[in-house]
Amino acid sequence: MTDDKDVLRDVWFGRIPTCFTLYQDEITEREAEPYYLLLPRISYLTLVTDKVRKHFQKVMKQEDIGEIWFENEGTPLKWHHPIGLLFDLHASNTALPWNITVHFKNFPEKDLLHCPSKDVIEAHFMACIKEADALKHKSQVINEMQKKDHKQLWMGLQNDKFDQFWAINRKLMEYPPEENGFRYIPFRIYQVREDGKQRSCLLYLILTCETR
Amino acid sequence: MSEEGSLAVPQDGGGGEETPESGASADAAEGAPLPPPASVSPVTEEPAGDARKKIDVLLKAVGDTPIMKTKKWTVERTRTIQGLIDFIKKFLKLLASEQLFIYVNQSFAPSPDQEVGTLYECFGSDGKLVLHYCKSQAWG
Repeated sequence: MTDDKDVLRDVWFGRIPTCFTLYQDEITEREAEPYYLLLPRISYLTLVTDKVRKHFQKVMKQEDIGEIWFENEGTPLKWHHPIGLLFDLHASNTALPWNITVHFKNFPEKDLLHCPSKDVIEAHFMACIKEADALKHKSQVINEMQKKDHKQLWMGLQNDKFDQFWAINRKLMEYPPEENGFRYIPFRIYQVREDGKQRSCLLYLILTCETR
Repeated sequence: MSEEGSLAVPQDGGGGEETPESGASADAAEGAPLPPPASVSPVTEEPAGDARKKIDVLLKAVGDTPIMKTKKWTVERTRTIQGLIDFIKKFLKLLASEQLFIYVNQSFAPSPDQEVGTLYECFGSDGKLVLHYCKSQAWG
């Protein structure tokens, strides 16, 4: 599977052209121009939007700036889901660029997790990796890695370094020849539910299937 | 076993009504029902053939985090990890500002919006899901 380098590269370098617009009710000192970015599908919103935040904060007063959050046509976007997933769930039927509204006020506590620092994103990312390896290898591969290997996975993602990431992730995608496959193949199904007035309820499933 | 509690919602009555959450810790100590957190949808989708709406969860303390006298709890599958964190914090009378981490397999912290039902399906054994809780990050 790790031989499919072209596919891995295509997945890694998937991008979504996005237009960020400041929410109309945010208070600014002068007009806030929209900001355009190519978002990496496999990354996280709060990891790649420092420039967006700075761009809008330039036209705002310090006291009007709270924690940043993003919204797609009324739905708060969960930063802890990969960007590509958010797009496919909420905006795959709309024309590009993807329009995301930026907020600095009224953080939707019920819908979103706080993201006070990049450390929080790293902890979440590593937890996902560990959860997957618990199913794939009973956590043996991730536990045998050193701290610096974990760091390299994260830095690879954060700095968009394909080779750096896959040098380590390769080990997580392998299995001993005598084992014929992973113990279980982890995958998740995400679904947007029509929920009365709100269309933002997600269902999470981790399904497993025997590989032998 | 007498060491068993339930943090489940009653099947009838309630009707999605929010009960004030204050005092829930005292109630919960007696094994009384606890209202679901607001983030949990009142609509429960149960796959056909899946008889059990609730699962058994064993809560274990790590390090110097206070233990709970009642360790085994019956929990709604749709309850989120955040809901469980809020419950434990109230039960242990922790301050709202104090952090609490929950771990599966003594290795990873599931994201707060994951439902315990899916974790049970993947990581449960012997008919129960073992979760460790800790006031500091125990497993990176």
